[in-house]
Amino acid sequence: MTSRPSDTLTPERDGDELRARPLKMVIAGGFAAGKTTFVDAISEITPLTTEAPMTSASLGVDDRGPVSSKTTTTVAMDFGRITLSETTVLYLFGTPGQDRFWFMWDELSKGAVGAVVLVDTRRLQDSFAAVDYFEDRGLPYVIALNCFDGVLQHDPEAVRRALGIDDDIPIVASDARDRASAKEVLLELVAHAIARKRVGNLV
Amino acid sequence: MAEQPRSRFLRQFAITQGRARSIGVDLPLDTLVQATAKAQAAYRDQRGEYADVVRLAVRPISIAEISAHLHVHLGIARVLVSDLAAQGAVGVATGNTDEAGPDLRTLERLFDDLQAL
Repeated sequence: MTSRPSDTLTPERDGDELRARPLKMVIAGGFAAGKTTFVDAISEITPLTTEAPMTSASLGVDDRGPVSSKTTTTVAMDFGRITLSETTVLYLFGTPGQDRFWFMWDELSKGAVGAVVLVDTRRLQDSFAAVDYFEDRGLPYVIALNCFDGVLQHDPEAVRRALGIDDDIPIVASDARDRASAKEVLLELVAHAIARKRVGNLV
Repeated sequence: MAEQPRSRFLRQFAITQGRARSIGVDLPLDTLVQATAKAQAAYRDQRGEYADVVRLAVRPISIAEISAHLHVHLGIARVLVSDLAAQGAVGVATGNTDEAGPDLRTLERLFDDLQAL
């Protein structure tokens, strides 16, 4: 039952077992779409920021020493954490603001449960890049439409057409500031990932 | 010779002797890290980045969190952790890196756990 993943290293000398396992989700959306607000609403910690220098991280730094002085761009990611049980920790990673940091999106997406694309209906075009990315990668994703004070500004089906996404992609209304709402969005994503997996298993 | 760090990044390179990769381990940023009881005792009164990591990793904590708390770049946090893992000072549990994502049973459990939040 508690089979140890093959890629888990345990410090044999101490006999300590690391039973906990991480899971991650990607939280994407255009600039000011509320990514960090969303993460903050559901995370048990105040969102943290991790940084990676762009050129070294994208090219892979080796030990050839001095880093080029051109290494000025830093990609920053905000993330949150939800400890689900003694053995499972879920991380929510906000995608870096600029679309050119694709190498970081790749790391975030690899092995992820799926992605939430936060869509500000007033700036639909800001979501195209994220939608295209997750479509290309085949990563399960859901669209979370911002609604302010419980008012949805646009018809979800109109948004679906505008974004050009398939009928099976869930579109949910969400208030990024609200914990219950954020939780609903995450549940929607997991349900969608499960449904896709089941279909995949049948094929 | 008066040494003046030209940037935080260079300083971070000094920490890890110029390596941003070690022992061939490319640990994902959500990799969980936990220090062994023995390492916690051994590093208790120590200073420096390794000791800082060990102190942070009393409970399972990710490389991303270590990077954030120590204000070091992700790559540096990866090196510190993989060095400590090589010493047997920490246990690590890497997340799923399968392109297909977590398996069905994991997803179903995740759904239940989230719902119970």
